[in-house]
Amino acid sequence: MQNFEYANPKTIQEATALLGASWSDANLLAGGTDLISLMKEELATPKRVVSLKGIKDLGGIHKSGGGLRIGATVTFDELLENAAVRAEYPSLVEAAHGVSSPQIRNMGTVGGDLCQRPRCWYFRGGEGLLGMKNGKSLIPGGENRYHAIFGNGPAYFVSASSLAPALIALGAKFKLVSASGNREVAADKFFVAPQNETTREIVLAPNEILTEILIPSAKGVKNATYEVRHKEALDWPLATASVALTMKGNSVANARIVLGHVGPVPYSASAAEKWLAGKTITESVADEAGKAAVADAKPLSQNEYKVQLARVAVKRALLEAGGKKA
Amino acid sequence: MRGVGLSGGVLSTGLLEQEAQAAPPAAPVSGPAAVPITLRINGKSVNTSVEPRETLLDTMRNSLDLTAAKRVCDRGTCGACTIIVSGKVMYSCTMLAIDSQGKEIETLEGISAKNHPIIAAFVANDAQQCGYCTPGFVVASKGFLDKHPNPTYEEVKKGLGGNLCRCGTYMGIRQAVVDAGKQLKGGRNA
Amino acid sequence: MPDYSWPPMEKRRIVGKRTSRLDGPDKASGKAKYPSDLNPPGLLHAVMLTSPHAHARVKTVDIAAAKKFPGVTAIRVISGPGTEVQWAGTEIAIVAATSEAIARDAVALIKVDYEVLPHVVREDDLGKVGNRAKAAGEQVTGDPDAAFKEADAISENLYSIPVITHCCLEPHGQVIAMKGDKVDYWPSTQAVSTVGGDLAKYLEIPASNVHVQMDYMGGGFGGKFPADRWGVESAQLSKESGGRPVKMFLDRETELTIAGVRPSAFANIKIGAKKDGTIIAWQSQSWASGGFGGGGMPPLPYVFNKIPNYRLNHTAVSINAGSARAWRAPNNPQASFLTCSAIDDLAAKLNMDPLDMFLKNVGLTIRPDTYRLQLNKAAEMIEWKKNWRPRGQNKDGYMRRGLGIGISTWGGAGHASKARTTIHPDGSVEVELGSQDIGSGTRTVISMVAAETLGLPISMIKVKIGDNLYPVSGPSGGSTTVGGVSSSTRKAAVNALQKLYDIVGPILNAPPDRLEAVDGKIRMIGNPDKGMSWQQACQKLGVNTITEMGENDTKRTEGLNTGGASGIQMADVSVDIETGVVKMNKLVAVHDCGLVINPKTAESQVLGACIMSVCSALMEERVMDQQTGRVLNADMEFYKLAGIADIGDIVVHMDITPDNDKRGVIGLGEPPAVPGVAAIANAVANAIGVRVPSVPLIPSRVLAALNGRRNA
Repeated sequence: MQNFEYANPKTIQEATALLGASWSDANLLAGGTDLISLMKEELATPKRVVSLKGIKDLGGIHKSGGGLRIGATVTFDELLENAAVRAEYPSLVEAAHGVSSPQIRNMGTVGGDLCQRPRCWYFRGGEGLLGMKNGKSLIPGGENRYHAIFGNGPAYFVSASSLAPALIALGAKFKLVSASGNREVAADKFFVAPQNETTREIVLAPNEILTEILIPSAKGVKNATYEVRHKEALDWPLATASVALTMKGNSVANARIVLGHVGPVPYSASAAEKWLAGKTITESVADEAGKAAVADAKPLSQNEYKVQLARVAVKRALLEAGGKKA
Repeated sequence: MRGVGLSGGVLSTGLLEQEAQAAPPAAPVSGPAAVPITLRINGKSVNTSVEPRETLLDTMRNSLDLTAAKRVCDRGTCGACTIIVSGKVMYSCTMLAIDSQGKEIETLEGISAKNHPIIAAFVANDAQQCGYCTPGFVVASKGFLDKHPNPTYEEVKKGLGGNLCRCGTYMGIRQAVVDAGKQLKGGRNA
Repeated sequence: MPDYSWPPMEKRRIVGKRTSRLDGPDKASGKAKYPSDLNPPGLLHAVMLTSPHAHARVKTVDIAAAKKFPGVTAIRVISGPGTEVQWAGTEIAIVAATSEAIARDAVALIKVDYEVLPHVVREDDLGKVGNRAKAAGEQVTGDPDAAFKEADAISENLYSIPVITHCCLEPHGQVIAMKGDKVDYWPSTQAVSTVGGDLAKYLEIPASNVHVQMDYMGGGFGGKFPADRWGVESAQLSKESGGRPVKMFLDRETELTIAGVRPSAFANIKIGAKKDGTIIAWQSQSWASGGFGGGGMPPLPYVFNKIPNYRLNHTAVSINAGSARAWRAPNNPQASFLTCSAIDDLAAKLNMDPLDMFLKNVGLTIRPDTYRLQLNKAAEMIEWKKNWRPRGQNKDGYMRRGLGIGISTWGGAGHASKARTTIHPDGSVEVELGSQDIGSGTRTVISMVAAETLGLPISMIKVKIGDNLYPVSGPSGGSTTVGGVSSSTRKAAVNALQKLYDIVGPILNAPPDRLEAVDGKIRMIGNPDKGMSWQQACQKLGVNTITEMGENDTKRTEGLNTGGASGIQMADVSVDIETGVVKMNKLVAVHDCGLVINPKTAESQVLGACIMSVCSALMEERVMDQQTGRVLNADMEFYKLAGIADIGDIVVHMDITPDNDKRGVIGLGEPPAVPGVAAIANAVANAIGVRVPSVPLIPSRVLAALNGRRNA
């Protein structure tokens, strides 16, 4: 780990004043579960680390306009303990439970989950975010069992966030604050597939802080998450599906289906969403929706199985949301 | 495995200095040179000095001779470095010492000084072989029992998903945590 | 000559009783100090620079900037210009400094120029390894071609099991101090008595100049015998830093890259049987790699090695990857997986219950009666007859359940070991051996044997191990430790007791050979009133002590220990056929190991071995990248190990019987690490109806097999 200077501001304003124009100027430290490892690998080499733990305004879960406002430094554990979250957002609860290490749930924050870097083993091994060597990506011809089945490159890593699919499906917005002002970004617009090594996989700028997550009310919205994981113990999901269904009687009026760990950004399965409108959730409808969700998948040499996992995840999430046991 | 790189000791902060003139940070900034810190560990205040980059685990092991927590994966995965911070189990390999000030830190040294029944239960159930993962498991178990008194096997399996053992002592650990839970029920002595 | 034989089973008071490990309280309370926990005064830290290239020639190494870095005390080039690096992670240079961070910063200042050479890091496709393949000569017995013609059923398939690593939780390394030509050495080792000699050889000093001490070590599994380059170089760094102690432990990435692996095994196996299930023919073309040194043939056909007609071909493949080291039962888990998979597939071809198939063929093994008993016992424990269905027929929604069998054999006779027992006038007893407790409960076993022999409680025995000043005892490998140390301890204690009888006999007016030591007393056999307490007896020593040696001579073990262990494991799994995720329901393990000194820690050995097998069957593999030449998963996130919820239930049955007991002590560390992979792989085939030919049985492979494809 390269050395850095450390700051422990007490307010968001103090914190934004400590940030710089480039990622090498300053990095934000919340739970640390990703940043510390990145710094040990020297994939992050900031000159300054700004701790967010002392900023009270970044914590807490509050009712806000019928929905919830979740502070960026709320931990997974706090999220799971929150009665309002548990009552209305089972898809978030399931996604948070998928992080099966209590230590990570106690340390890791909602904001950190959304801002963490990809786990791609070429990236983590120092080959760059896109794994380019001599102008060519290492991934299509390499070990790509955990890589993307959606997207056309050059980014083949998968978005690592556990909560993003659920937050996107629920229509959440993220508040980003910098010294010069605030902006709100829709959850699905927060993630971008980088086209070159110098851009990032999220729109957050180096001088901005993700301060809060605003989730609209999910009253009457049936929502669920299904994760396919290899291990019960701490492990990255192979594929995730989060669904949010606005119901009209027994049938689906509007569906949101978002897949995780299958592309460089969480993948919104819009064809399946449209197809589902007006349908009643049954085993065969869920299955068909799963198929529609992965119709555009373009697996790499070693990850065709993920197409099936994504399909099954969609099916099971829909059945769960629909109150039918998967 | 990197052959060339910048040294961490010689920092160029030119850009930051310019910005600092434009908008002076209100919050104090410390480092990169070693700075004095105070940690609350096992009920006592401990003074030491660290570079900001030092993990709490390394500070405990190298400077404070608190070596129960082990460095194994060093990337927040295996749980061998588990400690309890403000009542919650955490990976000390993935926390900065400087960022851990002002919090109550509990290590296995503190837990064993209080004779927590989980320790005897680990011994009685042979929940250890080489013993290198054991301190992390004992602390994770203690933290788990604090929140789930008298757990079932299924709860134990879910509650200890953040620790790994290589010798394969899980059967003993499962029983040890259930046994300790039974002992703790009614008369909590931790 | 005294009678060293073990007391009869019914007369034992301590040996054979479930005893908690003596160092348990220190381990569970964090008081146990491992080599990596030591912080002696003046400690320096060393960090290595390793090669990022799998195959390269070192052109230049520039350490000038690193040398000048404040806090650096010494720096050494390990692979100088001209060195041909054969795998990524090869040690290039090492730096000692006043802190680990400083050493790491200094390492980053070392500039190495390489001439990068072409590499091969994968052996899975034999067609792509070119001249890296080296075929061994063909072995033929009987007439396999004729036998295959006579066979009623033939099964043919390609099976594979990949390279895995030891992933010791305490990485390889040591604290070491060298002053002049004297060395104090605290390694994490499986070989307290021999590792000092190994180090001395490279330092060109007398072996007796190296003092090795180690109370605890965090896992070895076969990977921690030598002193290693980092040990030798750290000693030199210490010397160059004025003798200050140097701590150097591998980081996790390096540990998983260069500190040893278990070789892979691939085999095209053709196996034929008669209608009744009798196996008559075997043919295998296998290949393997454990790194640059290639990879030998697993013992095929495994256990069923009396198949009358067979043909064996094997090819060793040298790749540019870190080298193999002994890994718990070297080559046996691979051989068991390959053989048991082939037998299970053949049973399926014959529409035969594989349990019947295994039973039918026990005559092809060297211990038919034992395997028959163990197969039946394991079948009873897993309720085979009730739970087994033909392949693919045990369905519940998208879940499929299946059972499978695996088999093991092992030696495990005691190694050469010397013990010294000292009886003091105050009645205290010391037993000293240059042995080590690698987590298997060796300390506890030694105390139990000494206490049993001397008629004392365990608490009165002080066991001293982990120091090469004590009498030489073998390294802990090959499951030889328990046989070795129990025999030497028994003999040393008997010898010491004889000396005490010689002193006490005349006082009691009894012939020394008519005395016995029971319940803290020395008394006359058949006349318990005629005796005195242990304390009184020892007081008669006056100012003297009794110090006696005992030796386990591997050529003459006098019935105290022997080799030859068998085992059967059966797995019960459920497979989600939509996701390919395999869930362990249960693993049952039946093992014999002769006289079991401590059933409690013996069971722990079996439980642990079973859990390692779950990891190897379902999760573990080293992933090499041919493009970069590096290990992609040299971390504990993607080098996957089972957690506490991933193992199902494990039930152990130790075959403790008078017949087995009579054989003496047999080592147990390795045999239970053998059959589990085979049992789990067969259970998955039984569950889903098709063979998944390659382990680990990760979702991609399970789904590919279900979809009729060989590869994911």
